[in-house]
Amino acid sequence: MRGVARPKKAKNIELYAPTTWKKAFKRDWQLYVLIVIPLLLVVVFNYAAYPGMRMIFYNYKPALGYEGSKFVGLETIQKVFQDKDFFLALRNSLVFNLLNLLVSFPMPIILALMLNELRFPKFKKVTQTILYLPHFLSWVIIGALGYQLFKPSTGIVNIIMMNLGLIEEGIPFLTEPVHWAVTYLLIGVWQGMGWGTIIYLAAISSISGELYEAAMIDGANRWQRMWNITLPGIKSTAVTLLIMNLGRIMGSDFERLTAFGNSSVKEYQYQLAIYIYEKGLAGNNFSRATMVGVFQSLVGLALVLIADKVAKKLGEDGLL
Amino acid sequence: MSKKQKKEVESINDGSRAINKIKISDILIMLILVILCLTCILPFIHLAAKSLSADSYVIAKKVFFWPKGFTFTAYKAVFEDGRLVYSFGYSVIMTAIFTLLGMIVCTCAAYPLSRRRLKGRNWLSFLLMVPMYFSAGLIPSYVLMNDLGLIDTMWALILPLIFSPYNMLIMKSFFQSSIPDTLEEAAFLDGATNFQTLFKVVLPLSKSIIATLCLFYAVGRWNAYADAKYYIRMEQKLKPIQLLLSEMVATASEAANSAFEAVVNIATPEVLQAAAIMFVTLPIICIYPFVQKYFVKGVMIGAVKG
Repeated sequence: MRGVARPKKAKNIELYAPTTWKKAFKRDWQLYVLIVIPLLLVVVFNYAAYPGMRMIFYNYKPALGYEGSKFVGLETIQKVFQDKDFFLALRNSLVFNLLNLLVSFPMPIILALMLNELRFPKFKKVTQTILYLPHFLSWVIIGALGYQLFKPSTGIVNIIMMNLGLIEEGIPFLTEPVHWAVTYLLIGVWQGMGWGTIIYLAAISSISGELYEAAMIDGANRWQRMWNITLPGIKSTAVTLLIMNLGRIMGSDFERLTAFGNSSVKEYQYQLAIYIYEKGLAGNNFSRATMVGVFQSLVGLALVLIADKVAKKLGEDGLL
Repeated sequence: MSKKQKKEVESINDGSRAINKIKISDILIMLILVILCLTCILPFIHLAAKSLSADSYVIAKKVFFWPKGFTFTAYKAVFEDGRLVYSFGYSVIMTAIFTLLGMIVCTCAAYPLSRRRLKGRNWLSFLLMVPMYFSAGLIPSYVLMNDLGLIDTMWALILPLIFSPYNMLIMKSFFQSSIPDTLEEAAFLDGATNFQTLFKVVLPLSKSIIATLCLFYAVGRWNAYADAKYYIRMEQKLKPIQLLLSEMVATASEAANSAFEAVVNIATPEVLQAAAIMFVTLPIICIYPFVQKYFVKGVMIGAVKG
């Protein structure tokens, strides 16, 4: 409506014209009042935590506060980078996140392509609804369910396989590190596969039907259409999501890890979130845990910024 | 027009899914999808069967997808124990408060930021988005919560999370894309204030997004428990149900180390565990088919500007 002549009555409203701050407050004070509420929350619960990061430079003891705690300069940083546990946690986090991306990323695309080929709307709808189920469950439930299903001697999966004579002894799906890693990753695929299709199905539905018609007149079969029309049509969505996920490679999901944790798989389950919790809240080594947390946040931020740049370079929508 | 041509035209009119005969590939796709669906359903059927069976059959490994020695004993035990039931009620109330406050805060942020004429809009949205990309981490947050005196209170689970940048972005892009500027302008010309426009024009037109975001907030709060593990240290009564369940099954997962399995199975029978998991899961399984369409909508709006 900018530049459109307005009726005289509206002279003082000037809905879209830039104003001075004084005018802005006079006209929109109600909007500023509204936004103060979330701002206050963010300041009190997020920004106010930032000064706490200076714990890194102290040997911080909660009971003593900053005054009582000893200032140690960069010692904590040195200690963290000499800490075997830290490198174990870092290695596990990176490796597991990459593997997770590798196995979890393609599944929703494949599923979306399959769902798109379904010709019975009812069947499609029911299938989708069922596949969404794991997304609505918490990791505790999924973890508890996993233990119920996969225990070596009492889990139903092992019982069935033993009954069928496929195996002699129960497979330690969740109690031997390598088996655990595979199970952990596959359950991740299971949890996210249905939900992940939504975004791809939306992308597919925005592909012009004329393209398919033209291809069919040219005699392209189902696979050719899928390969030459559908896949290119969702490529940009996939690339954006991939970059976005790469930007999150430093994260680690405390709930998911603890839900599947047990003492015999520590070797792989020990990731940054676990490190921070165990050293910090459980072990009272606040400074070291803070240092690792800040390290994680900083690298994470850098990765997101890089991912955003890359996405924009490739001509996709950025993330920021 | 020859028969073949006619058929071709028909199929074109049908659009992309227009092959009239069911092919092997169709059956194959349906088969794969059915198997995947089964992986989503069967675990719960098994769990339900287990929770309704007599101990002895479960120990004898005879329970698969149908209860044997049908009994409600395990559920009775869950109700008599009372902890899960109490925690369930508490979690419902906490989630309701969280959702209500969350929606208020979300609207307070999204509406002003959706108005292009708001001076300082970019700065305000920058301030609100920073915490999404850089967090101080667990320990500084914990110390902060401690300083605020919120450790071991319900508010530790509510206040830090009621402003959700992600939900705010969804609401904001809904306001911007689905509510025509002209409508708002008309309200202004009639002399409505910003508040009046929000409450009388914008919000009544946003019922669908309000429903979606309410569900985002509610399900998010209902399922999360890491923060409860951090911030609820002593007060058993303030533990949400997910945390309680995780503590109940933690000993059990330790027991999966086969050396202990036999011992602990006697202490916490599988059946009881299955009943506890079912008790926590069932409400979600019953509700989600009816609310998932709102979720899908939210994801689509969120995807426009992720």
